[in-house]
Amino acid sequence: MNNIFEIKRSCLLTTLELHKRANAGHIGASLSSLDILVYLFFHRMNKEEDKLILSKGHAATALYSTLAKLSKIPEEMLDTFYKDGTVLAAHPPCNGVIKDIPFGTGSLGHGLSLAAGIAFSQRYTGKNFQTYCIVSDGDCNEGSTWEAALFAAQHKLRNLTVIVDYNRLQGFGFSEEILNLDSIKDKFLAFGFDVAIADNGNDLNNLDSAFNLLSDTNKPRCIIAHTTKGAGVSFMENKLEWHYLPMNDDQYEMAIKEITNA
Amino acid sequence: MRKEFSKTIERIAQERQNLVFLTGDLGFMALENVRDAMGKRFVNIGVSEQNMISMAAAMAHEGLQVICYSIAPFTVFRPAEQIRLDVCLHKKNVKIVGNGGGYGYGIMGATHHAIEDIAVLSSFQNMHCYIPLCNEDVEQTVNTMLAHDYPSYLRLGYGILPNGWHLPPFAYIRQVAYGKDITIAGMGPVLCNVAETLSGKESADIFVFSEIPFPELTEDLKSSIARTKKLLVIEEHVQRGGLGEHLALHLALNNISCRFTHRFAKGYENGLYGSQKYHQQQCGLDAESLKTLIQTLVNG
Repeated sequence: MNNIFEIKRSCLLTTLELHKRANAGHIGASLSSLDILVYLFFHRMNKEEDKLILSKGHAATALYSTLAKLSKIPEEMLDTFYKDGTVLAAHPPCNGVIKDIPFGTGSLGHGLSLAAGIAFSQRYTGKNFQTYCIVSDGDCNEGSTWEAALFAAQHKLRNLTVIVDYNRLQGFGFSEEILNLDSIKDKFLAFGFDVAIADNGNDLNNLDSAFNLLSDTNKPRCIIAHTTKGAGVSFMENKLEWHYLPMNDDQYEMAIKEITNA
Repeated sequence: MRKEFSKTIERIAQERQNLVFLTGDLGFMALENVRDAMGKRFVNIGVSEQNMISMAAAMAHEGLQVICYSIAPFTVFRPAEQIRLDVCLHKKNVKIVGNGGGYGYGIMGATHHAIEDIAVLSSFQNMHCYIPLCNEDVEQTVNTMLAHDYPSYLRLGYGILPNGWHLPPFAYIRQVAYGKDITIAGMGPVLCNVAETLSGKESADIFVFSEIPFPELTEDLKSSIARTKKLLVIEEHVQRGGLGEHLALHLALNNISCRFTHRFAKGYENGLYGSQKYHQQQCGLDAESLKTLIQTLVNG
């Protein structure tokens, strides 16, 4: 964990740069997920074997910047983000060009099934690796997520870990006003998961502590990561508009200043 | 066709160890032999078609060939987005098998019918839809489907190969009967209904379409249409997006003109339900209606 904080900061700057250059939205979602992605790829995952499905595909820039930091996405490809003819659209690609993005996502509710399928395959292939899946509040609105949860518990997919990026701010309002997920921990427990809470899912140490709380059982695992949409840029935090809006020059400068001075 | 399908899978599963069979909680008195033969490679995934399709795509990503089985409407329409995105766009080796295509589930009602399945699935990128003509055609159709690694859909129904018809090896267009008065093209077992209508003086070139979309028209079909100038298309599928529209497109692309007549599934115009035969009668797809139509076309 020694240099992971600097890595996170670098990925955060790259993420914001991608959004600014492209004049692209979805910044809040990416900043919400970035700590989870950095923690998984730089600390938790075996980089050559373990697999990750980003079910909340609208956080693509966080995934792109993290994979670029790992040299899994070439810099020259990163430069094409959001441009005509790019592999890197606003949501992860479906074309299999990037090995570490097994499936393109963007429509919510697919990720946990995909991750469960990858984890379940090991029963037949004899491979041995961990599968991680990051889901959003919106993902937890989708019935298919819960179909996958039932399956994962039924078949004791202990090689599957779902991380709920629980920022409680969805596409057009707060989750408590739309479909209340306050009992999200109880829901996953009831579905048969081993569950741990990260009180601050935008804190790498806190995430690590939560992962260490998970027991070595035959159950699939779940981390409820209490995150903040727009985390790390104070004027974006917990604001619905940063699900959609791009930054103007002043906002970008303020964001960079805040991060570099932090 | 379920029986022929399950026997074929039972045999292939012995040879192909990477084949995994997922069912959406269906298969009573149909798939027990497959379950017993495949052991842990046969998984009842529950009534969760969306999860079944996405999981199948992911399992295919890991090198497995995955069959997803359910009643046709349940395995097509509920998980349509999962098929479109996770299977088709990612070009995964997933074989979706729908039992009871068309009005196959008859009196079970509209929820159990699949009369728009080919329209939906044939519009998805990389998807190949396979429609066996009859029970005798299932094994070679399944063999063909499993020999390829692209996304596929198998529409099962029920039909017996009519006497006098010749069933060639699988091809996307096959001629099964020969005649002189009219060209008839069809998809699936409903085509067999024309057999008994042709026992009189009329005779027809009959072509079965077994894969949609298809790349091009065969020379035999083009020659037949050029000779008879009359083409009757028969399908237990709605007018939009089925064989009729696919065929009309190819006729237009090839500058082929003919008298084009289309008999298709009309849905539930009177709002009533019945057996498969009842619905075929309502749509003019039963043998008696087709006989009248063919006589009119031939003599008209």
